[in-house]
Amino acid sequence: MKRKKILDQNYILLHVMVWIPLIFILVFNYYPMISGFQIAFKDYKPGLGISGSSWVGLAHFKEMFQTQDVIRAFRNTLIIAIAKIVANLLVPILVALLLNEIRVKWFKRAVQTITYLPYFLSWVILASILTNILAVDGGIVNRALALFQIDPIFFLGDNNVFRQTLVMTDVWKNFGYNTIVYLAALTGIDPALYEAVTVDGAGRWRQTLHITLPGISMFIALMTILSVGSILNAGFDQVFNLYNVSVYESGDIIDTLVYRLGLQQYRYSFSTAVGMFKSLISLILIAGSNYMADRFAGYRVF
Amino acid sequence: MREYYSRGRIVFQVLNYLFIGFLTLICIVPVLHVLACSFSSPAYADAHLVNLWPKGFTLAAYRFVMKSSQFWAAFLVTVKRLLIGVPLNLLLTILAAYPLSKEDTIFRQRKYYMWLYMFVMIFNAGLVPTYLLVKDLGLIDTVWALVLPTGVNVFNIVLIMNFFRGIPREIEESALVDGAMQHTILFKLYLPLAAPSIATVTLFSFMGHWNSWMDGRIYMNNMTNYPLQTYLQMMLESSDTVILNAVSFDALIEKMMVSGQNIRAAQLFISILPVLVLYPFLQRYFTTGLVMGSVKG
Repeated sequence: MKRKKILDQNYILLHVMVWIPLIFILVFNYYPMISGFQIAFKDYKPGLGISGSSWVGLAHFKEMFQTQDVIRAFRNTLIIAIAKIVANLLVPILVALLLNEIRVKWFKRAVQTITYLPYFLSWVILASILTNILAVDGGIVNRALALFQIDPIFFLGDNNVFRQTLVMTDVWKNFGYNTIVYLAALTGIDPALYEAVTVDGAGRWRQTLHITLPGISMFIALMTILSVGSILNAGFDQVFNLYNVSVYESGDIIDTLVYRLGLQQYRYSFSTAVGMFKSLISLILIAGSNYMADRFAGYRVF
Repeated sequence: MREYYSRGRIVFQVLNYLFIGFLTLICIVPVLHVLACSFSSPAYADAHLVNLWPKGFTLAAYRFVMKSSQFWAAFLVTVKRLLIGVPLNLLLTILAAYPLSKEDTIFRQRKYYMWLYMFVMIFNAGLVPTYLLVKDLGLIDTVWALVLPTGVNVFNIVLIMNFFRGIPREIEESALVDGAMQHTILFKLYLPLAAPSIATVTLFSFMGHWNSWMDGRIYMNNMTNYPLQTYLQMMLESSDTVILNAVSFDALIEKMMVSGQNIRAAQLFISILPVLVLYPFLQRYFTTGLVMGSVKG
């Protein structure tokens, strides 16, 4: 009888534990979802509150598809995010393959230690560094380019190069860290395979082509599928800290637009509608990509 | 085994070392350049003559920052949010991860709870509704606005949960036979075993709080409540005159020894320092975290 009681108490304890963090989630994540759905379909006035404001149906969503700024933001988001996904996949793989060829231990370690560093710094800090070194008048990058007779480039103010700057600086921040995953995958390849093809007379290049790449191909496929879920995340922190009015045309993304609409122009309902629309599409994409990852690579988050 | 070096192989290796070396330089040179700027006299820095070594070495910018009460106020806000936020993150992570690491047969409602937690990761309520909630709760301009909304991090929960699942079931079973309660098992048996992954999550949480700037920007109306990163961002957006006027100096001479660029660089470095101190740990545990997070549950 006593034993049964302890079992019951233990069962209740598990529920208590799981509910404490759950309360935080219900308040700070689920409540805003519910209120967000209402705000998006109402004409929210701060003075009236959510329940006091009147319903307007799909008005904000209709307006959304007719607003040039919104369409532009969606286009920019897609372009920047896809470019980042591709670059953040290719560069770390390439660096991992090349780093794998390096035999001098201390050099390899030093390279890894230094290339991680930007990953740990916030975009505020990095933006401060980047605006310094990318300055059009006398920034260290443009001074280096001048040595090769290249005219100064206005990296952060020219619509023709701003997106490229975003993608390159994002790779710069993350490639050191992303490389780790691929290096780990490379060490998982059976060394016997290399020995076998060496006996057959395969050189380094053919080893890479026929052993290394197939060895990590499943992994690459998985990373690609999962990255589809972030196709509407072009990197708010980065863009917000690097952009300015003159590059809205090429660099304004959904998240920065939602911020300006909501918290600078106080168009609460319209901003919420745009954000909700983005979240809904993201939800479908993430669910879809996780389903694909489970189906083709047997990957499950939980 | 001695490797056979053909001529092509040697050429490749030389190019490889050069390329990797170049990539490494790209990562470190910008940081060194800004560091050099912070130690240079404004005459050189503003004329764009500083490369990687300070010219006209001076500590004026650092003296300026040290005297800036705004900078230290912001630093203090960040320390405060770390002291409250990191323990809160850890506690909530552990409390959620332990029950969720149980088998479905033992903790029958696990599946439903799991969905409630996971859904938060894939659906974002958005900026405005969250802002309005924080405002309605009266958290604006308090440190609670910086720690409560980010209290639960589902990614960390999954990480610890996966670690707990790797602990042999027998440990729990034998403790249950001895009449132990679940909280005793968690805190006395599981936590000591999970020390490395707890360290990882602690560092994740620390870096999250240290680097976040957005919440400070939207939830703080009064600039004296800005955390460090938000303050730095404001500095980045302010003009040089505003920065120089922010600190009241008795002597005009001292003001002439620094420039806006100087001060920004100096502030940047003071705020990078803690990260550099933690760097060896970050390197070690972030890697483990990365590998553990991708391990299937």
